[in-house]
Amino acid sequence: MINVRELAKRATETRAEERLGRQISLPWAAAVNIAIRNVTIRLGRAAITASGVVLGIAFLSYIWTAKVCQDAIEHDLARKARIAEIEQKAAEGQVIVPGAEEAAEEAQARAARQSWLVVMSLLVCAVGISNSMLMSVTERFREIGTMKCLGALDSFIVRIFLVEALLIGLLGSVVGVVLGHLGGLLMYSWRAGWDLPAKISWPAMLTYLAASVVIGAVIALLAAILPAVRAAQMPAAAALRSEI
Amino acid sequence: MAKIKCDKCSKEIETWGVVTVCPDCGADLQDQVREAERVTVAKAAEMVKDESATTHEFIVRTRGLTKVYKMGEVEVPALRGVDLDIRRGEYLSIMGPSGSGKSTLFNMIGGLDKPSSGSCFIDEVDLAQLTAFELAWLRCRKIGYIFQTFNLIPVMTALENVTLPMIFAGMSSDEMLERGRMLLELVGLGDRLNHKPFELSGGQQQRVAIARALANSPSIILADEPTGNLDLVTGKEIIALLKELNVGSGVTIISATHDLKMIDVSDRVVHIRDGQIERIERRSEIELQVGRLGEEEAG
Ligand SMILES: Nc1ncnc2c1ncn2[C@@H]1O[C@H](COP(=O)(O)OP(=O)(O)O)[C@@H](O)[C@H]1O
Ligand SMILES: [Mg+2]
Repeated sequence: MINVRELAKRATETRAEERLGRQISLPWAAAVNIAIRNVTIRLGRAAITASGVVLGIAFLSYIWTAKVCQDAIEHDLARKARIAEIEQKAAEGQVIVPGAEEAAEEAQARAARQSWLVVMSLLVCAVGISNSMLMSVTERFREIGTMKCLGALDSFIVRIFLVEALLIGLLGSVVGVVLGHLGGLLMYSWRAGWDLPAKISWPAMLTYLAASVVIGAVIALLAAILPAVRAAQMPAAAALRSEI
Repeated sequence: MAKIKCDKCSKEIETWGVVTVCPDCGADLQDQVREAERVTVAKAAEMVKDESATTHEFIVRTRGLTKVYKMGEVEVPALRGVDLDIRRGEYLSIMGPSGSGKSTLFNMIGGLDKPSSGSCFIDEVDLAQLTAFELAWLRCRKIGYIFQTFNLIPVMTALENVTLPMIFAGMSSDEMLERGRMLLELVGLGDRLNHKPFELSGGQQQRVAIARALANSPSIILADEPTGNLDLVTGKEIIALLKELNVGSGVTIISATHDLKMIDVSDRVVHIRDGQIERIERRSEIELQVGRLGEEEAG
């Protein structure tokens, strides 16, 4: 039988000298731990949030994959044209540059159109993420209030939600990049020949893909800041009262 | 508690205002009882005042505390001038019907909400003067909260719930786990460390919440209707546990309730109604009342 009184005494003994004085803190490791749990437990909600990122980033990486593929195809065509030109020159002693300026203009117009599409898709993606972050924050008002009662500063709450958003953003972006990239590569290879992957510039491709992941994560972070800050600033009593 | 004499048969009766007829001759003594009650209340008020004059061992003091909630155009007064002194190590119950302002008072004392006017002092520190950081520190180290709805973090195990406030307090992880285990053992859940809240019964969840409230050795435990969602037996067990902690460690317990059966452990009972203190009963009076309740149940 446990001696309850004795335990109670030990449990509530103040050990001031052992404590680190007046500090309160939430180490990053603990925040990451809590965020991972929140994501894995609410997998459904996380998947909905992540799907916004997946779509946006898949589109972005598709466009960039397409760009690299087209560059490779054009480069290839230009090389063939040059070879043809040289052969022609050798044969006829004439100089013919077929439509070089037109091709450059068209490429430029296409790039501008694509940038617009990318910007739009990223905006849609950001709105989607902030919306689902807002929902997941609202769902957890009471939890936030409880954490505040336990001594959490507003910044701890923000930190937990931002780490969560970053996790979701990274996961969603990686999935999105894989989908978008494979989709783009398959489509262009089908059009331009299955040896296309050997012709494209892989350093450029990888840079674009890495950039897509980073952009996805950053957008998820930015989109989460507002809901997280708003939730954290709620007075503890109000947060506790909310019924969900 | 009041002693009155029946004016028909001269029998001496002790009453709490529950019994208003003479048990011997059946005469109606309502007026006499009311008058006696008024005198008792006045006397109790005086006694409390006396005590506050002789000692400064008050861990919580409120002065002229008011709270008005604004709901659009409508103003709802939830507290209307509460002066309350709570002694260190005391077990204080706040009784009152639903909507009387218990939770509002609880929020003010716990630094969870700001009063519309008046002040609340914890250890003679005015809560209104504290920065957000100091308030968080206070909630983390000085006060343990227990709620009617338990409010455990659903994604965390019992042990993780209990150690969360220790993370905020910057405790090392070994110390944290050891202390968490010890606290859960203390509340009788040594074998439920890794259960999630939904895997525990209501009473067990409330025990986890009590262990969590003790995480950083608070001086005060604030409990807002801790038994409100529990059946009678489980509720009594929770109250007994709180009392054990109170006696064993000297932690001050402030508990809001509207269940009369939960007050026999209290050193004092503060009755509030419509946001005002109606009367304050002391231990001796409570014991007599509880005795009477018991007699009535038995007889
Ligand atoms: N956040 C709030 N907004 C508006 N009115 C409130 C709020 N909190 C409490 N009240 C009102 O204040 C009064 C006291 O409420 P409360 O302190 O919760 O009572 P109790 O806990 O004793 O049941 C009630 O009339 C309630 O409707
Ligand atoms: Mg209440």
